Amino acid sequence: MTSLLATAHLKGPHVDFGGLSPLIALLGGATIVLLFGLLGSRWVRAQLVPALSLGALGAALGLTIWQWGSEKSIVSGALRIDPLSLTLSLVLITGAACTVLLAWRSLAAREAAHGEFHALLLTSTAGMLLLVAAQNTVMLFVGLELLSIPLYVLCATELKREHSLESGLKYLIVGSVGSATLLYGLAMIYGATGTTDFNGIASALANGGLASDGLTLTGVALCVAGLCFKASVAPFHQWTPDVYEGAPTPITAFMAVTTKVAALGAFLRFFEVALIDVQGSWGPALAALATITILVGNFGALGQSSLKRMLAYSSVAQAGYMLAGIVVATKLGVQATVLYLIVYLMMNMGAFAVIVARERDTGLGDSVSALAGLGREKPWLAWPMTLSMLGLAGIPATAGLIGKFYLIEAAIDGGYAWLGVVIVIGSMISLGYYLPVIAAMWMREAPVTKPLPHAGGGLPVMAGGSPELDAGQVAEPGLQPEVAFVAVLAGAATLVFGIVPQPLFQLVRHTGSALGLF
Amino acid sequence: MPPLSILIWLPAACGLLGALLPAGRARVATPATAPGGEVRRPLGLPGLLSLVGALAALGLAIAYLADYKAGGGAQHVTNIWWIRALGIHYKLAVTGLNVVLVGMATLLFAAATLASNVRAAGPPERARLFYFQLMLAESAVLGAFLSQDLILFVAFFDLMLIPFYFLIGGWGRDPEGSTKVRATTKLVIYTLVGSLLMLAGAIAAGVLSAQQNGGHIDFAFSALQHMPLGTGSQEWIFLLFAAAFLVKMPAFPLHGWMPDGYRAMPVEVLMVFSGVLSKVGAYGFLAIVLPLFPQAAVHFQTLMLVIGLISIIYGSMQAFSQTDARLIAGYSSIAQLGFITLGIFALNPQGAQGALLQMVNHGLVVAPLLFIVALLAQRAGGSEDIREMGGIAFRAPVLASVFLIVALATLAIPGSSNFVGEFLILLGVFKAKQAIAIIAFAGVVMASVYALRLFIRAMHNRVGSGVASRELTLSDGLVLVPIVAVILFFALYPQLALHRSETSVKGAIEQAQVLTKPTHLTARVTDLDQQFNVAGGGTSDSGQASESVGAERIETE
Repeated sequence: MTSLLATAHLKGPHVDFGGLSPLIALLGGATIVLLFGLLGSRWVRAQLVPALSLGALGAALGLTIWQWGSEKSIVSGALRIDPLSLTLSLVLITGAACTVLLAWRSLAAREAAHGEFHALLLTSTAGMLLLVAAQNTVMLFVGLELLSIPLYVLCATELKREHSLESGLKYLIVGSVGSATLLYGLAMIYGATGTTDFNGIASALANGGLASDGLTLTGVALCVAGLCFKASVAPFHQWTPDVYEGAPTPITAFMAVTTKVAALGAFLRFFEVALIDVQGSWGPALAALATITILVGNFGALGQSSLKRMLAYSSVAQAGYMLAGIVVATKLGVQATVLYLIVYLMMNMGAFAVIVARERDTGLGDSVSALAGLGREKPWLAWPMTLSMLGLAGIPATAGLIGKFYLIEAAIDGGYAWLGVVIVIGSMISLGYYLPVIAAMWMREAPVTKPLPHAGGGLPVMAGGSPELDAGQVAEPGLQPEVAFVAVLAGAATLVFGIVPQPLFQLVRHTGSALGLF
Repeated sequence: MPPLSILIWLPAACGLLGALLPAGRARVATPATAPGGEVRRPLGLPGLLSLVGALAALGLAIAYLADYKAGGGAQHVTNIWWIRALGIHYKLAVTGLNVVLVGMATLLFAAATLASNVRAAGPPERARLFYFQLMLAESAVLGAFLSQDLILFVAFFDLMLIPFYFLIGGWGRDPEGSTKVRATTKLVIYTLVGSLLMLAGAIAAGVLSAQQNGGHIDFAFSALQHMPLGTGSQEWIFLLFAAAFLVKMPAFPLHGWMPDGYRAMPVEVLMVFSGVLSKVGAYGFLAIVLPLFPQAAVHFQTLMLVIGLISIIYGSMQAFSQTDARLIAGYSSIAQLGFITLGIFALNPQGAQGALLQMVNHGLVVAPLLFIVALLAQRAGGSEDIREMGGIAFRAPVLASVFLIVALATLAIPGSSNFVGEFLILLGVFKAKQAIAIIAFAGVVMASVYALRLFIRAMHNRVGSGVASRELTLSDGLVLVPIVAVILFFALYPQLALHRSETSVKGAIEQAQVLTKPTHLTARVTDLDQQFNVAGGGTSDSGQASESVGAERIETE
């Protein structure tokens, strides 16, 4: 990135620092955080570093909002600033900020050193911002790698836990295969069209009669496969449950939410700008993939006892729903996908925040039984989880229904009514695993004795285990206001936007027209 | 009159207020002892607040009922945009179709709230959450009845399920140890499968009707009626809606959740579930499916009539072979809702009006019946098996008389409003499909068999071994007497419902009715209609008007 900036400066063209400012904030923040992480004071490392990282994200958020409404190409057309990239940037930065909050007291950040942990997180976020704004294939790939490489490391940050290391290694291998596939596909498309620019590719495909060209189609197929690896679309999803389960939970949340946003954002721009003229070829293929994904994700999630595995499969299914918005290649489809991504952020962050809190409280890990009796014990955590689950299932009065509604409408409007029905069937199956979570919280008794948490400081913990004891009498195993904050905020957003969805529609209104679709 | 939103949201607001109140210190003092010897939980503020909310909603509903001008269409309309970008309105209105049902629903919810407050062991555990869910359910049900926008209806329809899921899972009975979990899972899967299919159908209806007619997407019923769908689209969308409604009712092949569900529900919840929720499905056919998908309704008329017929026969036969008193009530509901289906898909005003009246009647009858079953179980050592009841009438004549009124109304004895309802339904079906009407008459006979069997086994015969005959307590009487009074009132004056619904019912089935009639028969049917209208004392103008409109349409086609 910096080298690119430097060359641009040497040649002396205009550099739009305004457009680049969110990226600069993130990468600058990463550098500062890394440096502060070297300081000796424990307080600086454990408290100031996350705060600085939050500050960098806040700055990036502010700068993104400052750019609001502008539509321009920057860095010689490599990046596009338009409502689509700005909206997705907002989602990404918010997701990253939630992750910082969830990771504030996490074991992962402590073991991997706070400075490094947060620097990697910020760099990965910067990669995502690049990815959703990328307007040529080189930048697409650079963004993807900048996103992925820090994540490989972040997955393995719980250094003493075997699963975490396994997760990082698996992700590295599978992710590299995905990246390589994508790169190969991009190279073929370059070979067929002779350009890396999205608009150039589009006009080459439109004018050169390349729509049925073998090289183009092979390239498109490889690109689909490569991006599907990142977005965990079946049948390229096999890594997802293992990696999600093994990674530290805040990082799982980060991967589940922001990686998906970035990958689907790249999908949107690449397929609906560059490859729009071969939509006839990839449309039906993606529709088939979406169907497989919805079925595989939902059936896979049934009967999972690990919440993170369950949410991993659920995220596969959700990716399938969102593909429906991409398949139709209409303005409505883009808007529906973006809206669902926003809703998806709220619902998943709520769920993961509760999992993080329970992992630290109970020491039962991410098993569903860790939630047993939560409704009576900590309603302020049980409600966000309930709303998240209901939202993911698409129940009324949650934002999930609004998102799903918009996607189904886009599918029917685009002539894929059957895909709308598939989404509905998927939602039905999904109740089979979302509802047991709710049942565990509200209808099961809390386990009476709980094993000691691994980081309890030697104090026996009895978090509301027996009904005779008031919550006030029992020492909390570390109060976590920031985690509860994320949970409550996400839960409230899920509920409020489910009842008053107008602001969401305002937000995504221009994203569709940004791509020049009808 | 206050806007309808107040009626809808008042119960939920009261429930929420009760839930947000700080938990009072558990009062251990003065454990009043219930007759069974258990410790009685004291009355709590959440329960009382909810009772106030439910009674206020009942009062409002009565006011709307009194205020509703017969012959008018939608009244007290609230119409604002909910999601403008998608053409979804927040549109509520009182119509002839829903005004009486809303009254019935609020009455049953008030009774159920009262019943849960005065039950022998005191209000339920975790009362704040219980009442919040119960009141949320009331709001959702009222919203479903009153909404005049397809998506709003679907949203309320789906929302109804969530509180019931919690109520059954959290407070359900578990006679066999595994019933509760199985029941909740089955119930949720059945109903959500149906209602999610309906969601897809609703979206498709809006999008396709806008595409086929070249207008903007608009989900208001009135707008959709102006933009009719092509026959092909109507047919598959009809099936999606029918699945949702038939599950909710429940009708014969889709009733698998019913036995476990009925046994697992706490009685107060079951009262409203059986009394009110099943009617939302039937109401959906009448208010949504017939006006919006008339061609499909005609196309599938025979199928639906057969489903109704099988439900009657199957439900009745099960009802007189079961020994669990709750299941007798449950299977009798399947039979009664079979009659309602028949009436709706007779596709003529008599059948539809009879169906609407019967919806109200069934709600009014089944709720006290289930409550009485619970009272009997209390007296029979907790068992709801009719083999262990018996002989209670000797010491409890008041309870027996109340039960007798309810039982006779269930079997539609001449003089009861149920008789009027069934008569109109059979008249309507007779005009539409004679063979089906003749078989359906058997259902009327079977109703008297199972209703009397239940009454005799519980009340007469030898006193059961574990039975302690006790008279109706004052508080239980408070729950039962208002409902029984309304049953008696309707027996004397069923026109209350018939007059108010007449115009709306005709409007709802008009298009479908037109399509069922071959042109050369129109004159004869009009003649029959006139006869009926004279007999029923109703206004015949609108009926004739719709006929002539119908005749014109067929000619132009």
